[in-house]
Amino acid sequence: MHSVVCIKQVPDVTEVKIDPETNTLVRVGVPSIVNPYDMNALEEALRLKDQYGGKVTVITMGPPMAEEILNKAVGHGADEGILLSDRAFAGADTLATSYVLSTAVAKISEEEKVDLIFCGKQAIDGDTAQVGPGIAARLKMPLLTYINGVQECDPEQNKIVVKRKVKSGYEITQTQMPAVITSNRDINDVRYETMPDLIKAARFKAKVWGNKELQLDQKQLGLNGSPTMVRDIFAPEEKQGGEKIHFNPDKPEETVDMIVNKLVPSVVVPN
Amino acid sequence: MEKFDAIVVGAGPAGLSAAYTLADNGLDVIVIERGDYPGAKNVMGGILYSEPTSQIFPDFWKEAPLERPIIEENYWLLTEGSVTKVGHRNEKFGEAPYNAFSVFRAHFDKWMGEEVKKKGGLVICETVVEDIIQKDGKVIGVSTGRTEGDIYANVVIVAEGVNSMLTQKALKMQKMNMKEDQLAVAVKEVIYLNEEKIEDRFALEKGFGATIEVIGDATKGMVGTAFIYTNKESISIGTGALMSQMIEKKISPNDLLEAFKSNPMVRPLIQGGETKEYAGHMIPEGGYNAMPKLYGNGVLVVGDSAQMVNGFHREGSNMAMISGKLAAETIVEASGKGDFSEKGLASYQSKLEESFIIKDLKKYKNASEYFDHNTELFSLYPELASDAMYNFFKVDGTPKKEMQKKMMREIFAKRSKTSLAKDMYNFWRVLV
Repeated sequence: MHSVVCIKQVPDVTEVKIDPETNTLVRVGVPSIVNPYDMNALEEALRLKDQYGGKVTVITMGPPMAEEILNKAVGHGADEGILLSDRAFAGADTLATSYVLSTAVAKISEEEKVDLIFCGKQAIDGDTAQVGPGIAARLKMPLLTYINGVQECDPEQNKIVVKRKVKSGYEITQTQMPAVITSNRDINDVRYETMPDLIKAARFKAKVWGNKELQLDQKQLGLNGSPTMVRDIFAPEEKQGGEKIHFNPDKPEETVDMIVNKLVPSVVVPN
Repeated sequence: MEKFDAIVVGAGPAGLSAAYTLADNGLDVIVIERGDYPGAKNVMGGILYSEPTSQIFPDFWKEAPLERPIIEENYWLLTEGSVTKVGHRNEKFGEAPYNAFSVFRAHFDKWMGEEVKKKGGLVICETVVEDIIQKDGKVIGVSTGRTEGDIYANVVIVAEGVNSMLTQKALKMQKMNMKEDQLAVAVKEVIYLNEEKIEDRFALEKGFGATIEVIGDATKGMVGTAFIYTNKESISIGTGALMSQMIEKKISPNDLLEAFKSNPMVRPLIQGGETKEYAGHMIPEGGYNAMPKLYGNGVLVVGDSAQMVNGFHREGSNMAMISGKLAAETIVEASGKGDFSEKGLASYQSKLEESFIIKDLKKYKNASEYFDHNTELFSLYPELASDAMYNFFKVDGTPKKEMQKKMMREIFAKRSKTSLAKDMYNFWRVLV
């Protein structure tokens, strides 16, 4: 079993404020963390490795400082970490990002066949949830989004059965590997690092792949390869409390009438 | 099984200075820190001295995250409605190699941690050292709270700060029954103000800083001090006093700080600012008399864990850093001989005795205990200074000769001539 986990360095949004004038995130002094969904994805890949053996490779695209999240992943038990970093990658949207990531996965697979690609379902800074599907589309692999758990995995038969969260409940889905999986947060509890893994991580130096190693099409990279335009950014309106109806204990039928008259026109209660 | 040349417990100024010096000498060193990153849990009022720091990190001011070079230092004798000031500003303090900087430990120690890593040292965070591993009377490693968490080394440096559990429990190196007069409790706030406001209020040129050390009403007469330091875009303000006196007077550290902030002499300096950080910490004030055994079979103790603080000169982190460096140098020598026994590490003690650390701590060894029982310097003398200065500056038609007589009369009414003479003798004895 060889899993590749795509992780992203994000600002810790619990400590981010929104500039009320520009509506953009104030990132100054905000600590960087690994996107929390990605940590669950990594944990799931590590559990499969614990069960079936094999290897977990972690990749991230970002500036040189993003190397620290690869060290963090190695501290949790990942075997290999590759930083995809090049000035040409800067300013990428989800389309350009999935182009770089999928090319990297293809290159990794040439050296050592990749069975599963894990991503967090989305990143907490952009919340788009597009990169995982983008990778699957480019690599023409089956895509399983919003995974809540791997139920069965058969590396011999290249078969995987997962539990997916869907609108009305859960769905059990089986597909062929190699496949792309994007995971929810409640899929598992991220492990507490062991001392040997932490020491390994402290010594770990990630490989760095740039455009030279990946041989990418310049037109599909960075800002050039990013058709996404931000039209407007705004803070969602704060929800106001609803109308309060006071209950009159002396005349309960009056209160009931009032509620029915409110609910029937708003189609909450069918007429 | 991992075995290192040295394990350092704690990523504070002492531990990181030791680790840096060890790594710089090619030794395989690992630092274990319980916080999220080096500095995450470290607290200091905020003044870092240049000379001792550059002994370990030459020219550190070119890269390290610092707030302001300090060009002016002040002492205030504070009463409820007056202040008597003495201070010194010197342009020389504003030029390299500088004298002191205001800093945030959280930023500076993180930087030191990165410097350790650059030299090849390992820094492991979010990990608590729970016990010392000993074999045949020799320290051989530490056990951490993690799975497969035991690690081994020729020497362990204990740099876990004040209230060091390892030297108390596992190693039994500390003196028994630490008293409340050997610990101070200090609290501080970081109050944000814009740069120009800070420079206006403290009459500073752009980028430079000032300090104020305060005794008197700042601690409600208790043995302790308060401080006000200028950072780039904030002011660090804090108070600290001996735990014994806080217990006796039933004053909480927080109330003390609030009272200090609202003193009319202090209030205008911080007015309009926004408090963004609040921190509290213990300070070892026992000094020389409270020092633990400093070295043992495979173990050395540095910094606050070794009670290395000179409260009267606001010095702790420089002693921490230099003791870390001296411990590291001892280990480098011991590695050459392959002898990490108590005898092989004994030169740490003599290195400390030759340095300013033990000399200074010896000089002030009776100060905390003396002042704990004789608090006049902190309670009465600020009042006396205030009265004298008030009479000196007040113009009300009194002839100067009479005014001077009145001044002396008022002083002697509050403290007899013999007591004054005794105080002076005792201050001289414990402080000089």
